[in-house]
Amino acid sequence: MARLNPWRWVVLGLAALYFLVPLASSVIFTVDVPGQGVTFDAYTQIVSADGFVSSLLLSLELALATIAIVLLLMVPAMVALRLGAPRLRPVVEVVCQLPLVVPPIAFVAGISTVLKWGPDYLSRTPLFETFVAIQNPSFPFVLILAYVVMALPFAHRALDAGLRAIDVRTLVEAARSCGASWPQALLRTVLPNLRGALLNAAFLTLALVLGEFTVAQLLGFQPFAVWIYSVGGSQAQLSVAVSVLSLLVTWALLLALAGVGGRTRTASSRG
Amino acid sequence: MTATLTGVDVAPPVTSVKRRRRAPGWLAVVPLLVFTAIAFGVPAVAMLDGAFSVKDPATGTSSYSAENLTTSLHGAYLTALLGSVKLSAVSAGIGTVLGLPLAQVVVTSRFRALRDAVLTASGVLANFGGIPLAFAFVATLGNAGVLTRHLGLSKAGWDLYSFWGLVIVYLYFLIPLMVLTITPALEGLRAQWREAAQNNGATTVQYWLHVALPVLLPSLLGGFVLLFGSAFAAYATAAAMVGSSVPLVTLQIADAISGNVLVGQENVALALSLDMVLVAGLVMAVYLPLQRRSARWLA
Repeated sequence: MARLNPWRWVVLGLAALYFLVPLASSVIFTVDVPGQGVTFDAYTQIVSADGFVSSLLLSLELALATIAIVLLLMVPAMVALRLGAPRLRPVVEVVCQLPLVVPPIAFVAGISTVLKWGPDYLSRTPLFETFVAIQNPSFPFVLILAYVVMALPFAHRALDAGLRAIDVRTLVEAARSCGASWPQALLRTVLPNLRGALLNAAFLTLALVLGEFTVAQLLGFQPFAVWIYSVGGSQAQLSVAVSVLSLLVTWALLLALAGVGGRTRTASSRG
Repeated sequence: MTATLTGVDVAPPVTSVKRRRRAPGWLAVVPLLVFTAIAFGVPAVAMLDGAFSVKDPATGTSSYSAENLTTSLHGAYLTALLGSVKLSAVSAGIGTVLGLPLAQVVVTSRFRALRDAVLTASGVLANFGGIPLAFAFVATLGNAGVLTRHLGLSKAGWDLYSFWGLVIVYLYFLIPLMVLTITPALEGLRAQWREAAQNNGATTVQYWLHVALPVLLPSLLGGFVLLFGSAFAAYATAAAMVGSSVPLVTLQIADAISGNVLVGQENVALALSLDMVLVAGLVMAVYLPLQRRSARWLA
């Protein structure tokens, strides 16, 4: 096998070109404004831009709530499947993989249909209040519901890999026979051993929520990705500058994840 | 595994552990199932229900029929559906063809660092999509983009906001996805197979045609459908870049949800969504068996 043949360098060079040029161009685009020369205005404007802080905060709040719910739902269920209900395992597996079959746009079409039932059929019932409450623009709970569903496949894969690496039953039984109660056994024995998997699931969910656009835009809310899109029409430099920054943040997150929990093997993307 | 388990099972008071762990067993799974039934099941049922119900404009009563589905497979809707399928097939095909050599070069590399760097970068890029990706390419190859200006691409007829523009942008996350998908299969190719082929007088081309590619075929096909599904579901990138100049089913559904269509066509959007789910389901139905098949060579 020829190890240093030109073929490798051609392939690697072309790949590097294709993947680096758009990033470099984006940076050039933001600092080299036609007619103005080199300026860093686009970056200094970001913080004071209208809606930047509020949309970013909204995204972060949504992300934290989503991560909390995903972990609260998934961790007990996955641990329990290992301990005492192996027959439910295929059920949970299918349930967690189902969101992969439904593209986000189809999912949001379903959600908006359900939300229309509110004013159409339920206006005299207490459910209507619930419908209004979950669509509160300052904290749209309906987005969290959607994001939790969309995060299930990633969380399932991350936690499943983490649980496969440890012997949950032995750990729990050892803790129990040392006198630990059930909560103690879970919190102080199982969870610390799952640290990598928990971080993995949390990071993936965070990246998903920070970049999510489809559901939020079509339901009419304005978290971070929707905000970037909305400034794109009027302030091109600013929107590209924010894109560059949000890329760097997301990549830093995912690289940290790669460092913590091994390489990312997520076979999906947010388009 | 079983040996260690039975060994441990004997030591603690087995009966009490068993009695206590039966209750939390399925109870802990219930919240997850209830949650998905509400957050995922209800919208899914609403979509099915809406896709099949037709409202009579005169009487206001609705009945079940396949009319929406028929409408969704005609005219502009069909064009959009086919446009999505074509875009996804073309970009998945190119992504498969370009991802394979890149993964091959990386897998056979002597440099551990290069390999790790490319695989980590692929993990990051495969998750990269949506608005920032679209804007990065607008800044690069758009009308006022850096490359467009400096290389004078507009005069050469370049247009990012077109079918091929979208293909180039989609490849940015599809090629890394392919690299991630195909790497385990490439690692499964034994050096002995190549040596055996060479000892029998095979050239490199013959080795690839008759040994490597047949072994890789299930993984390659699996990767292709995965890429296809990924491109097919993509909405944000296309929405931010092309608006509606390229007919895509995701853009059509979005228009209908935002009320940019004739009244009474909302259910056609749900029928289109159902079409999408069927295509995505088909993709998974092809992908999963292929993945299992390719796993044979890695064992």
